[in-house]
Amino acid sequence: MSFNKKHLLGIQYLTKSEILTILDTAESLKEISKREVKKVPALRGKTIINLFFEPSTRTRSSFELAAKRLSADISSFSKASSSAVKGETLKDTVLNLEAMQTDALIIRHSASGTPHFLSTFCRSHVINAGDGTHEHPTQALLDAFTIREEKGKLKGLKVVIVGDILHSRVARSNMFLLNKMGVKVVLVGPPGLVPPQMARLGAQVDYNMDRAVQDADVIMMLRIQLERQQKNFFPSVREYRNLFSLTPKRFETARKNAIIMHPGPINRDIEISTQLADSLKSVILKQVENGIAIRMAVLYLLLGGKERDVTD
Amino acid sequence: MKEKIKARVMDSRKIKRAFNRMATEITERNRDLNNLVIIGIRTRGVHIAKRIAKLIKEYDNVEVPMGILDITLYRDDFSELEDKHIVKKTEINFSIENKDVLLVDDVLFTGRTIRAAMDSLIDLGRPKTIQLLVFIDRGHKELPIKADYTGKSLPTSRREQVKVKLKEIDKKDEVLITEPGGIG
Repeated sequence: MSFNKKHLLGIQYLTKSEILTILDTAESLKEISKREVKKVPALRGKTIINLFFEPSTRTRSSFELAAKRLSADISSFSKASSSAVKGETLKDTVLNLEAMQTDALIIRHSASGTPHFLSTFCRSHVINAGDGTHEHPTQALLDAFTIREEKGKLKGLKVVIVGDILHSRVARSNMFLLNKMGVKVVLVGPPGLVPPQMARLGAQVDYNMDRAVQDADVIMMLRIQLERQQKNFFPSVREYRNLFSLTPKRFETARKNAIIMHPGPINRDIEISTQLADSLKSVILKQVENGIAIRMAVLYLLLGGKERDVTD
Repeated sequence: MKEKIKARVMDSRKIKRAFNRMATEITERNRDLNNLVIIGIRTRGVHIAKRIAKLIKEYDNVEVPMGILDITLYRDDFSELEDKHIVKKTEINFSIENKDVLLVDDVLFTGRTIRAAMDSLIDLGRPKTIQLLVFIDRGHKELPIKADYTGKSLPTSRREQVKVKLKEIDKKDEVLITEPGGIG
């Protein structure tokens, strides 16, 4: 096991062994959040900045808590409170923050490739917390962690991802990761949101949800991004619900021990029925819980955990 | 790196005798064995701790709870030079609040591992006492830490290394003094 990357820009750039190192480290770190004193000194003295140019509750607070549980200092900036509204360029904003001696920058931005751009001139470690429609690596890692925890393995499983694949960085990161781990991925949704070319990323495309969920081990529902629907990617929400919503009836045809996942936020009774979202088959809140362990692992592997010698 | 074996200081018979003696000392000193818990420091401390727990069970028929501590996150010797140390799980499934904690490691050298282990324990609760058992005390302490139970005191030079080999992982019980080999 080893991990020698400077940045976490996407799952694409990780090897299988690096992914496993992150998952195994997260497994060791998970227990810390269940202690009475939820804190260890591993990253004491490190300074981390959360730079969120897009709204987020889960990811942002998850990174914040992960950093704090490792004793790092973290500040969070959102777009509204930053100088970006005064017209400062992104590069200037970042250079100014780095002048305050930061060790890592966690960035979410609506433009794909922003973390890459930062990595070309940053001294600090750059962590991608979601960039446009490109990648959301920590989400895919926490999803894989949750699947492995529930199923005991990854290889050989069938994962069906349903919804707005076109705009989903979660789907892309998941596809890259699951492919590397030998998991079969099937993408489902209306053709406007699941272009057939997506198959080139290493997945099977199916427009018939009833057929796709058969024999599925994991059904991952994505949020229908209602704010993007002015462009008519599908005819109507009602039709979408009829064809692609996860209902108890559809879920019955999946494997007996199948689990339901969702990266959140969920639209109740649009992409997933309330009954299922709150059922024991749903691991949605476990995903959130595991998110902390994964982000602790990523921060630990990038920022700390190196040592001189082990003689003692 | 190649290494040269300089001396075999203990064989399995001597090791067994040392274990028996330490277990006796522990039962003598801890009148209330029901308040005792044993925590082994990864990796070899865990196996030593298991053997001690087994002996206490044989002598006094008390089942002493056993936990495992990984101290990676508490180390003070992080630097950017070498490979990262992989974190493993800490598994302590009981409260150490007000307990007599017996902390177990294979070799006491600089004392920094024990410092890290104590910091970690104290974050988990407030034990009544912490006692330290090490199989080999080799000297060169950098911190004011002393073992309560020692398998053997073994003065060494800094250049030498002490290897406690245990059946459970190394197939054989023995204690060796080694030295890094010459060039090549």
